[in-house]
Amino acid sequence: MLQYLALAAILFAIGVFGVLTRRNAIGILMSLELMFNAANINLVVFNKYIGPDNLIGQIFALFVVVIAAAEAVVGLAIVLLLYRNWRGIDVDHINIMKW
Amino acid sequence: MEMVANFISDVSANPLFYLLAFVTIASALCVVTLKNIFHSALCLILTLFSVAGLYILLHAEFLAVAQVLIYVGAVSILLIFAIMLTSQLASRKIVQSNEQVTVAIFVCFLFLLVSIGSLFNTYWNGINAPLPDNNILTIGILLMTDYVLPFEVVSIVMLAALIGAIVLAREERS
Repeated sequence: MLQYLALAAILFAIGVFGVLTRRNAIGILMSLELMFNAANINLVVFNKYIGPDNLIGQIFALFVVVIAAAEAVVGLAIVLLLYRNWRGIDVDHINIMKW
Repeated sequence: MEMVANFISDVSANPLFYLLAFVTIASALCVVTLKNIFHSALCLILTLFSVAGLYILLHAEFLAVAQVLIYVGAVSILLIFAIMLTSQLASRKIVQSNEQVTVAIFVCFLFLLVSIGSLFNTYWNGINAPLPDNNILTIGILLMTDYVLPFEVVSIVMLAALIGAIVLAREERS
């Protein structure tokens, strides 16, 4: 169990690193998917080792997968819109919502 | 020395997990560090596949299949489409990472230290009972009885995301 949780922690840290360092908005979305997967591994591991009498953790992980797909759809639509309006998706230069 | 011996015996006890863990972490590192964004999308597909393998090791077969269908089949294709639509940014000459790399490495190591340290110092009250026999049957029954409301809400969220994406990405007609 502990090795699964350690793996999930490492995967989450890699995702955090990607979010902090990528310039490209699509790269940030990919790192977000890594973080979602780390959280899902945690849910499934706790389901198997802490509460194995039913499958609530797996159902929750399933909902997380679906919400992550919806997030990717909306995020990529925003990225394409930014690309069309500014000819670039470098997040360091996108600051129109900052005052 | 004892820790290393323990680790080696652990690796030889379940080699499949360590193989999958190695593939997951190596390809995840490729996702966040490769210069070419298209290559990192391909590495992301490998990561998602090996996470599906981990789900199978954890006896979550339905979730593994859903992972392959939704992530590998849909989300990665969507990401690759977006990369190709913004293609001139994917070239090798553009630096893909910003100037915060050292700070980010420091922050991530701190996070790992805290989380793994607390992980190994916590007493986990684990139950060694088997999971329900028929994975898909149990999930289906739970989704149609106890979790029918979240299930419906999630379908509405999917519909809203779909319509939102169409509205956002539509060409403005003037």
